[in-house]
Amino acid sequence: MPQMTDERVRARLTREEDLSLLHEVSMKTAGVSHLEMCIQCGTCGGSCPSAMDMEHTPRMLFAMLRAGMRDEVLRSNTPWLCVSCYHCVVRCPQEVHIADVMYTLKSMAIHAKLYSDSTAPHFSQTFVDMIETFGRSFEFGLASRHYLRHFPLRLPGMLPMGFGMITKGRMAIIPKKIKHMDQLTAILERANQLELTS
Amino acid sequence: MNKYILYPGCSMESSGKAYGESINMILEPLDIQFDEIDDWNCCGATEYLGINLIPAYSLIARNLALASKQMNPDDGTGGTRTVVAPCSACYLNLAKADYYMQERPSLGVKVNEALEAGGLSYIPGTLDVRHLIDVLVHDVGVDAIRNAVVRPLTGLRVAPYMGCMLPRPDYQHRWTDHEHPTELDDLLRALGADVIDYPLTTECCGGHMTQIGPETAFELIMRLVEDADERGAHLMATVCPMCQMNIDAYQNEMNHFFGTHYHMPILFFTQLMGLAFGKKPGEVGIGTELVSARNALAHIGVEVPVTQEPAAPKKKNEGLPMPRRWTKQEGKEAVK
Repeated sequence: MPQMTDERVRARLTREEDLSLLHEVSMKTAGVSHLEMCIQCGTCGGSCPSAMDMEHTPRMLFAMLRAGMRDEVLRSNTPWLCVSCYHCVVRCPQEVHIADVMYTLKSMAIHAKLYSDSTAPHFSQTFVDMIETFGRSFEFGLASRHYLRHFPLRLPGMLPMGFGMITKGRMAIIPKKIKHMDQLTAILERANQLELTS
Repeated sequence: MNKYILYPGCSMESSGKAYGESINMILEPLDIQFDEIDDWNCCGATEYLGINLIPAYSLIARNLALASKQMNPDDGTGGTRTVVAPCSACYLNLAKADYYMQERPSLGVKVNEALEAGGLSYIPGTLDVRHLIDVLVHDVGVDAIRNAVVRPLTGLRVAPYMGCMLPRPDYQHRWTDHEHPTELDDLLRALGADVIDYPLTTECCGGHMTQIGPETAFELIMRLVEDADERGAHLMATVCPMCQMNIDAYQNEMNHFFGTHYHMPILFFTQLMGLAFGKKPGEVGIGTELVSARNALAHIGVEVPVTQEPAAPKKKNEGLPMPRRWTKQEGKEAVK
């Protein structure tokens, strides 16, 4: 359980209700997030397969958003443990796009450099690097770079698996590249500019 | 003849190679024609969305823009404005981009502005994005599938595993239920298989957690494998390369983590279709799974040729004693 920090006390006691954080997250989320509609019923946390490893359940996280607790929300491991199974999304009586809100929170945490464990952000970034280079995912490059960086001790145990994947032709050692990489690069560059101005 | 535009997805050429091969084998018996999107790119999986919004959606939309160039509305059957994605994650990303660009028009405007830099554009709603099993069950039909069966899978006990990203969030209301859809059961039954009750059918396989938080993933994989095993399944059937990868390739590591000895093969449903349509095991990519399905398939008299198993590096058993999860039997005995 999170501590009653100064920030939390301040947020509760001395501030007028400040919904700017809630609105910011809502606006940065794809589609219409319905985040403002959360009634704190807790169906999301009760449906979540990884809730037991989360520092805050989604319900609690949304309450913290409403309370304007920016740092604590962005430091929470909750969005990083979301497996995008959409159980909470179909069960939510208010139709909050919970999984998409989690994506937004991840991206905000990356931009603010406020994550506590770098494994997941690095994995996402490595994956994206592969796409931006080749236009396709490249599992061998991704896996080797990621495991060397974050799970070097897991590597010996994984050798048989990696070996099997390669010998059974399920993991190429050479990446595939799309034909019009220049076109994709131009699109992504423009999209990144738009991201900054939005 | 059912015609579709195909978005194969990256895993179809690598970890899910058996899926791609078996799909090619069922097209002709079911009279389906696929037109692959020219120069398609990765959909970004579940990773890009968590980094930057507009680039992530632009990446997905490039595929939609390319696909819309290939659609042929004059065809009369309407089939060619449908994009089929066999991978659940790709399917969801394509469907999601199409849906959200409509739900929030400002997203659509920005994505199109980015696409313009590459000389492309996409009007959301132009295409119909659907998953492979959706078109097989709803367009081709269970009856047509049953008619194509020449070697029924009688006696093969299959756990139908739908995974999560296919029946949920279901923007277009295509499934019988979000948590217990029966489409895969119907299809497998049409093949003659003995489909077991599998309440965990839409529970998560762990997704990318095998890469970033293995303990969480192993717990999820364990639940699925343990339940299928207890219910007497010979194997699991899946519709998604990521589910297949997690349950197949990480089962060994999961067993090691918990000290269990499960052996639960997981095949793509199209591999089972291929077998039922009389194809040889090798033609539908059987033998590429890491948890071998050889014994399971022996129940239906399918002999999988023994391939030379690569000599995996042996691990010496002289580490420190590690805590081990009890098996059900040991647990019962301890209580006594």
